[in-house]
Amino acid sequence: MTRVVDLQVSSRRTLNQALHDLPDQTNETHWTVRNPGGQHALAVGIDAPITVTIEGHAGYYCAGMNKHARIEIHGNAGVGVAENMMSGRVHVRGDASQAAGATAHGGLLIIDGNASARCGISMKGVRIVVKGSIGPMSAFMAQSGTLVALGDAGDALGDSIYEAHIYVRGRTGTLGADCCEKPMRAEHHAELRALLDEAGVDEDTRYFRRYGSARQLYNFHVDNAY
Amino acid sequence: MCGIVGLFLKSPALAPQLGSHLAGMLDVMTDRGPDSAGFAIYGEPCAGMTKMTLRGSDMAGLPGALSAALGETVLATPRDTHMVLSLPTALEPRARAWLAEHRPDVAITGAGARIELYKEVGRPADIARRFNLAGMAGTHAIGHTRMATESAVTTAGAHPFSTGPDQCLVHNGSLSNHRSLRRRLEPQGIAFSTDNDSEVAAGYLTWRLSEGATLAEALQSSLEDLDGFFTFVVGTETGFAVLRDPIACKPAVMAETDDYVAFGSEYRALAGLPHIATARVFEPEPARVYAWTHAP
Repeated sequence: MTRVVDLQVSSRRTLNQALHDLPDQTNETHWTVRNPGGQHALAVGIDAPITVTIEGHAGYYCAGMNKHARIEIHGNAGVGVAENMMSGRVHVRGDASQAAGATAHGGLLIIDGNASARCGISMKGVRIVVKGSIGPMSAFMAQSGTLVALGDAGDALGDSIYEAHIYVRGRTGTLGADCCEKPMRAEHHAELRALLDEAGVDEDTRYFRRYGSARQLYNFHVDNAY
Repeated sequence: MCGIVGLFLKSPALAPQLGSHLAGMLDVMTDRGPDSAGFAIYGEPCAGMTKMTLRGSDMAGLPGALSAALGETVLATPRDTHMVLSLPTALEPRARAWLAEHRPDVAITGAGARIELYKEVGRPADIARRFNLAGMAGTHAIGHTRMATESAVTTAGAHPFSTGPDQCLVHNGSLSNHRSLRRRLEPQGIAFSTDNDSEVAAGYLTWRLSEGATLAEALQSSLEDLDGFFTFVVGTETGFAVLRDPIACKPAVMAETDDYVAFGSEYRALAGLPHIATARVFEPEPARVYAWTHAP
C-alpha cells in the first residue's frame, strides 16, 4: 500500500512521526513525499524496512539515522544526507551537498550527481558510491567503510583517514595528511566490483585508483597507545 | 548562523522582477537569520547623479533643508525608515558635510550611482514588505538575514555593509583578526561606523579596490589577510562576487542559467527562481573567487 504525504498540506513533523510510529511488519511499506521544497530533516530516524520516495529537493540531514529503509530522493539533497545511517539504502538522484554520509555506520548511499565538500567525513562503515565528483576534504577522518567516486576528488582527500577504502576513477587533487595511493590488488577489485554492481554501475574496476591510510600519524604508533 | 541570498541578472528581461525574486529568497532564509535583515539593490544609474540611502527618523523636512543648503533640488524617495536622495554627484561631499553637521542622527547606509541599501531589525519578510522590495527593479541585488553572534542585534549591525561607492558586502561567519586589520585600514582612510567584524571585511575590499585591484583581485588577497570563517557575497556597481574561506565552513549554493546567477546559503532559497530545475546548480569551492561583471 502506498501512502502519499504532501508537504504543502502536511507538516514535516507529521510525516516523520507517522514514519516513526510504523509497527513491525507494517503493510504501509511504500511512502511518497510530495512537494518537499528543500525542507530539512525529512524522513529521519526511520527504523522499518519500507521504501520512501521524495519527489523533489531535500534540505539538511535527509534520511539521517536511517535503519532498514530504502529512501530515494528525486532531486538534490542538502548538507548531511544519510548522516549516521545504520543500514538500508539512500539514493540521491541529483547532487548532494556537504558531509554526505557523515559518521554513517552502515548501509549504502548512492549519489547520481556530485557530492560537495567532506563527503563521508568520519564514516564508520557506510558504503558510498558517487557517480559524479566528490568535493574537497572528502573522507576526512574516515574510519571504515568504502567511498567510491566515478568522477574527480577535490583537495585534501582522506585527511587523517583510518581504515576506510577510497576508490577514485577520475583525477584527485592533493591528498590529505597521512593519505596515500595504494595498489589495487585482487581483493580490492573484487570489493569494488561487488559495490559497483550493487549500485547499478557498469564500470570496469581497472580504471580506479585506491587510496587509504599510510598509518604514519601519532595514533598509529603503538608507543602512543594507552 | 546567517542567511545570504544574491541575484545577478544576465538578462535585462528579468530586471522588473529582481526585487520580487529577492524578497522571496530572503523570506525563505528567515530560519537562518530571524533577528534582522537587509539588502542592497542596484538599479539604473542617472548620468551625473548619485543616490544616497539614509536611515533615520523624522526625515520629512530633510530634503527641503538640504536642497536649500545646496542651492539645488534634491529628489527624495522615502521608504519606511529609509530615504533615498538623488543629487548631482559633484554635490555629494557637501551633502555629507551638511548631514554630519545638521543631522548626525541620520546614518548613510550606502551611496553610489546605482546602489540603494536598506536594513532593519525584524523578520525578513516584514522588512522586505516595509521597504516594498518586491516592487523594486534592477540588475543585481544582495540580501542577508542575520542571527547575531559577534555583536549586538542592532540595525547598524545588520548587513549589507557598504564602505565605498556602490560597494556592499554580506558575510556569514566570523573573523578573528578584524581588530588588527582595522588598525591597518583606518590610517588608509577607511572609516568604520560599527564594531562589526563584517564591516572590516567590507572596508578591506574598499581599500584594495581603491588601490586599483579588480573585485576578483581584492577577494583573492583577502584570503591572505583575513583570518576566520566566511562566506562573502559582494556587490559593486557592475559586479557580483562570491568567496568562501579555505575550509568552506559556511554553506553556499549557486545556480546559473542563461538569464541569471543566484546565490543562496541553502538550496531552498533558490527553489522559487525561474527555470531552476534546468539551472546549473553547484556549491562554490573553498578559497576560489567567483566573479561576474556587467558591461559598465
